[in-house]
Amino acid sequence: MSSPAAGAQAAPPLPAIEVHDLTVAYRTQPVLWDVDLALPEGKLIAVVGPNGAGKSTLLKSVLGLVKPVAGWVRIFGEPAESRRSWVGYVPQRESVDWDFPTSALDVVTMGTYGRLGWFRRPGAKDRARALDCLHKVGIRDLAGRQISQLSGGQQQRVFLARALAQEARLYLMDEPFAGVDATTERAIVSLLKDLRAAGRTVVAVHHDLQTVPEYFDWVVLLNLRLVAAGPVETTFTPENLHGTYGGRLTLLQQAATAYLEQRPRAAAGAVERPGLGH
Amino acid sequence: MSLSFSAQNVVAGSVLLGAIGGTLGAFALLRRQSLLGDALAHAALPGVGLAFLLTLSKSPLVLLGGALVSGIVGALAVLGMARYSRIKEDAAIGIVLSVFFGFGIVLLTHIQKLPAGNQSGLDKFLFGQAAALMRKDIVLMAIVGTVVIATIALFWKELKLVTFDRGFAGSIGLPTGPLEIVLTAALVVTVVVGLQTVGVVLMIATLVTPAAAARQWTDRFGTMVVLSAGIGALAAAAGALASASVDALPTGPAIVLASSALLLVSLFLAPQRGLLRAFGRERALRRRIRAENLLKDLWLEAEREGKPGALVPVPILMGKRGSRAAELAHTARGLARRGFVARDGGDLDLTAAGRIEAERVVRKHRLWETYLAERLRLPADHLHRDAETMEHALSDETLEELDAKLGYPSHDPHGRAIPRTHAPARVPAGSGR
Repeated sequence: MSSPAAGAQAAPPLPAIEVHDLTVAYRTQPVLWDVDLALPEGKLIAVVGPNGAGKSTLLKSVLGLVKPVAGWVRIFGEPAESRRSWVGYVPQRESVDWDFPTSALDVVTMGTYGRLGWFRRPGAKDRARALDCLHKVGIRDLAGRQISQLSGGQQQRVFLARALAQEARLYLMDEPFAGVDATTERAIVSLLKDLRAAGRTVVAVHHDLQTVPEYFDWVVLLNLRLVAAGPVETTFTPENLHGTYGGRLTLLQQAATAYLEQRPRAAAGAVERPGLGH
Repeated sequence: MSLSFSAQNVVAGSVLLGAIGGTLGAFALLRRQSLLGDALAHAALPGVGLAFLLTLSKSPLVLLGGALVSGIVGALAVLGMARYSRIKEDAAIGIVLSVFFGFGIVLLTHIQKLPAGNQSGLDKFLFGQAAALMRKDIVLMAIVGTVVIATIALFWKELKLVTFDRGFAGSIGLPTGPLEIVLTAALVVTVVVGLQTVGVVLMIATLVTPAAAARQWTDRFGTMVVLSAGIGALAAAAGALASASVDALPTGPAIVLASSALLLVSLFLAPQRGLLRAFGRERALRRRIRAENLLKDLWLEAEREGKPGALVPVPILMGKRGSRAAELAHTARGLARRGFVARDGGDLDLTAAGRIEAERVVRKHRLWETYLAERLRLPADHLHRDAETMEHALSDETLEELDAKLGYPSHDPHGRAIPRTHAPARVPAGSGR
């Protein structure tokens, strides 16, 4: 693994997330291609792009859930593996079976597992913290409810409360607003603002382009490669959006597929990158 | 009844297997790996045959060793096919299960024709033969059971998290791959140990059936695992005892029948998820709809006549919805008991309380029609049928919200008044929630 170019930019504050040259492929299907990114601390950041643009994959790479073909990720200047306890995660709501036999409080308590470490069981203090997090998302009264008996919005709030229980500095959220009612959407927005006020960083995959300027400070426009990233005022422009959602990238996509397909399988995991210039 | 020494062995072995199978079955069920367990069991059969052919030994350790190896090969074949080829997991399971099982049967048939004489015991691996369990088999099962249950207890919180939400588990740094391997390995070992008792064909039932039954009774993961182990043990004891006292009743099928009976009871009788409860709920709903319809029909009749109340003959009410006389009488009796309907010979009328109830139903119907016409711009002849359903489904809360949102209209799209005599105080406009 190469080391970050230390002298290239003398920006004093450490970025919350720094991604360099990240390329991810599922088998021969490229999902992220040569992404360079530095996201500042203390901002609410939207990740925007069409379906299959690699938005979830970007979050998962930062979390270390998918192995990149090339590139590296740093969280507050350190490799992701040594920064796990700094990061809270809200997966997509559909990623779990909500008929699982467990209660809302139990799911939120899972947010304390990371700090507990191996073998130790959550105690009264951890459950009290989980209850407090349920209170913050406005559903403390549903703590004992079996999770399949919660509405979609309430389930999303349970996931958010679990992330809060992680007491992280950086929160990665995969479509927190997907399929929630208006009340929950307002609750999530005010929660995000509270997190920002407390100096936390939130990176959220977001689908509703209309609300990006209202809810977020920064935006990352993604479509296989990085189209643009920066403050909403300067980056969330019609040209950039056209670059993200327009059909211009098909050529690059084809090139990426062709490249990965002709590589021998054994090399698929190797840290080697194509000679395509930026 | 006192049990012979060998019968004690049978019961002890079966109960141990039932408890371990139930424990791991709960995990397999929730991880949707039930069928993998089935493929595993079937894939173990050729291993038994090959181990015998290679060593000509009938020692359980040798035969189970062979079963273990071919079971693992089978499991890896399933996972590999699903991962690296275009064959989906369900198809991969079907292929591996039948190919390995077929090969196993060929081997067993071949072995049966050998002159070696000491081959006859192998067919017990097909359907299980707990009567042949020896002391050392029980010891082996006890060791496996202790290791499996201790492992699960030790990594309880981690295994639970991996089972519920793999992605989140990975995000906090848990080694999800190794943890899943631990669970799958425990499943393989349990299946192999259970082969002598239950046999390859029915092994899956000792895993899935207790777990499915346990899920019916509880919404807590820990309770489910313990309950599943208990149901597995109970069914195994019942099956083993039945098999010991009835001639020519093989243990495996007897255990499966016992656990299936427990599952059947659970499916119907469980308090929350049981089918009886679901039927009951549906019946209550139908009864409520019939009652609301009768109230509404009486109210409409009074509206037509321009009076606050009207005595309506039962045959006219029957004609409105084609109801049967007995059904209508039953509904009317229920409403009379609740003080909503007064009866005068064969005629019915609403009481004051009944009018309030009826008005709410009519208000829901007409407001919904107004909503459909105004907001969704549906033509007038498309409104009624939808409103007939919604008048029973809308909650009172939603009703008030709808009323406020539409600006408290006085008439529905057909020009009929929307009754509001008994409606609660209005929420002032602008303060809407």
